[in-house]
Amino acid sequence: MRKTECLGMILAGGQGSRLGALTKKIAKPAVPFGGKYRIIDFPLSNCSNSGITKVGVLTQYRPLELHNYLASGSSWDLDSRDGGVFILPPYAREKGADWYRGTADAIYQNLNFIDMIDPEYVLILSGDHIYTMDYSWMLQAHKMNNAEATIGVFEVPWEEAPRFGIMNTDDTGRIHEFEEKPPQPKSNLASMGIYIFTKSFLKKYLEDDAVLEDSSHDFGKDIIPKMLNDGARLFSYSFDGYWKDVGTIESLWQANMDLLQDEPPFELQGDWKIYSSNPSLPPHYVGPEGSVKKSMVSEGAMILGEVENCVIFPGVRVGKGAKVTNSVIFPYTMIDDNASIDYAIVAHRCHICDGAKVAGSMGAIAVVAEEETVSA
Amino acid sequence: MKTVMGLINLHEDGSLIRELAEKRAVESIPFGGRLRIIDFTLSGMVNAGILNVGVMLPDQDRSILDHLRSGKDWDLARRRDGMYYIPAVKVDKEARSGDLKNFYYNLDFIEHSKQKYVLLTSGSFIYNVDFNKTLAFHHEHEAEITLAYYTAKEESTGRNAVLKTDDGGRVTDIAEKSVVYDGTKICMGIYFMEKHLFVNLVRHAYERGGQDFLVDAIMRRLNDYKICAYEHQGYVAHIATTGAYYQANMDMLKPEVWGELFLNPQRPIYTKAYDSVPVQYKETAKVKNSLIANGCIIQGEVENSVLFRGVKIGKGAKIKNSIIMQKSEVKEGAVVENSICDKNVTISEGKWLKGAENYPYILEKGAVI
Repeated sequence: MRKTECLGMILAGGQGSRLGALTKKIAKPAVPFGGKYRIIDFPLSNCSNSGITKVGVLTQYRPLELHNYLASGSSWDLDSRDGGVFILPPYAREKGADWYRGTADAIYQNLNFIDMIDPEYVLILSGDHIYTMDYSWMLQAHKMNNAEATIGVFEVPWEEAPRFGIMNTDDTGRIHEFEEKPPQPKSNLASMGIYIFTKSFLKKYLEDDAVLEDSSHDFGKDIIPKMLNDGARLFSYSFDGYWKDVGTIESLWQANMDLLQDEPPFELQGDWKIYSSNPSLPPHYVGPEGSVKKSMVSEGAMILGEVENCVIFPGVRVGKGAKVTNSVIFPYTMIDDNASIDYAIVAHRCHICDGAKVAGSMGAIAVVAEEETVSA
Repeated sequence: MKTVMGLINLHEDGSLIRELAEKRAVESIPFGGRLRIIDFTLSGMVNAGILNVGVMLPDQDRSILDHLRSGKDWDLARRRDGMYYIPAVKVDKEARSGDLKNFYYNLDFIEHSKQKYVLLTSGSFIYNVDFNKTLAFHHEHEAEITLAYYTAKEESTGRNAVLKTDDGGRVTDIAEKSVVYDGTKICMGIYFMEKHLFVNLVRHAYERGGQDFLVDAIMRRLNDYKICAYEHQGYVAHIATTGAYYQANMDMLKPEVWGELFLNPQRPIYTKAYDSVPVQYKETAKVKNSLIANGCIIQGEVENSVLFRGVKIGKGAKIKNSIIMQKSEVKEGAVVENSICDKNVTISEGKWLKGAENYPYILEKGAVI
């Protein structure tokens, strides 16, 4: 088998409890985004486009739909002979079984998988961010810096810096200090949760950390500080495109709305394709009395009413006289005649009955959970 | 349906649909916003559980091959069986025309397939047929050959093959290129029979100078075999003329037809996947009674039209009663009415393009106005 240079590992086991009703039945990375995608399409497509052909996806919380979605990885062109998507849930060993106790522990429990692939470098990603990024440049930087770890960083507004893990670097980008949510930040370079490690180096730290009883087995809290303490070569890699954490209802709604701007802050239409599974549906239909403005609408939808400032997923039906505004409607939801929806996220296969009303407001987005019925 | 092999005959005469079929087979003309015409019969076979499909290629096969590739999008890239391409016979000592020649020279492939039955279809029809019903009808009627037909609802002077049946469903007469009246039974280019019979029919007809499968292998043998025909109830269009192509696309704007063809969860219509972005409607967009495929960016007005993948409609542009194919662009203030724009057409700022009602103006692939 050809040697693998860089193995991708996507941490996709999180519950995403801040997404509330949307993650009652599915893991956060499986949450729909942008009219046809799911959040995990972004890291997976980035890997595929960056030439990373082997990707492990670590799952734990409510993994069924995610597993089903990932399948062979063919949607992202990751089903090549030497490549693939490897689904990695926790598993039992001779002395029992453990859940993944933290991000570092999840990777630690899969060290034998990493050894099996035997890459030079390991790229660790999280499954809850929306961005497009060429990881091959980051890998290049990692090699040029002769780094042991490279951490993707993003400049956040100074006033927001206290909410993030902040990297303090020198002129060369070498990280000398990491502060988790500092009240008085010295820098505004936030960690994006994207790491490249030289494999042998990572392995040693994971093995050392695994036996520590008081460790929370987390990259940000335990592994990175320990590496810095030991004076290891950690470098930052700055990313200046669109990057959005969609971990809350408000941020998920806002990231969807960002796509509707006249000049969207990031381009889904460009050469850097975001792949997803493509349902076998016809183009969407807009009826004689339908009206669609400032919106994204996907295949198989039927719009007989009024839609403005919305993201509409495949197979959604908007009935006559219905009015849907400032909202995100997940696949196969039926909105009957004369219903109205404003400032809301409506999950999969909901039924909004004739004349019913779902109304949220800016800053308090209404959420309708999967398969719910809302009556008038 | 594991016991059935599918054969799709791509042999539609493109002479009455010339502009669109000049550089491609009729069966690979884009249709309905994101499909190609062949997708309908091919998806029907896949949905019926047929695992071995032979595609009888036309002379101009690049477009078809580019669309079907390995058959993966139809789930036909299989370890055993799956999609096969049967190239057109290009060297012919006898210079015979017709589709029979292609069958005859590829009989070995058909004979060596493991399946007991053959389902032969034409690739130029729009329908969503449950071929399991064809099989059931065949057995119920103890037919030797089963054809499918649909009933015409209006008169037309097409180039259709028509048939008559007795009360028992047995075919009593078949005519080709016949005028159609209200109630005429029109052949759908679908034939079902045992494989050995198919092989015998082809051999018998070709060795006696035959050219055309329907005329020489079926019509002439009407009294030799029990040939039955069953009616497909539902939408059918035969894309043999530009008019039929235009009308069938416009039919897709009827929600009941759109729903029947595309939203049957048991029988989806598959096509090549492109990973296009959902349609982006801007502030000034105004769309009515239209089908819009993913990847489009719409700033202008669109009415009674079908827009394919990646079409861009500029501010103040107006599209009416038209079909705009992949990646075409209608720039600011331009007007397109009663027209068919083939792929990659550009209509510059402020230009007007108008065809007559029911006689659409056709713009060739890549044209710039």
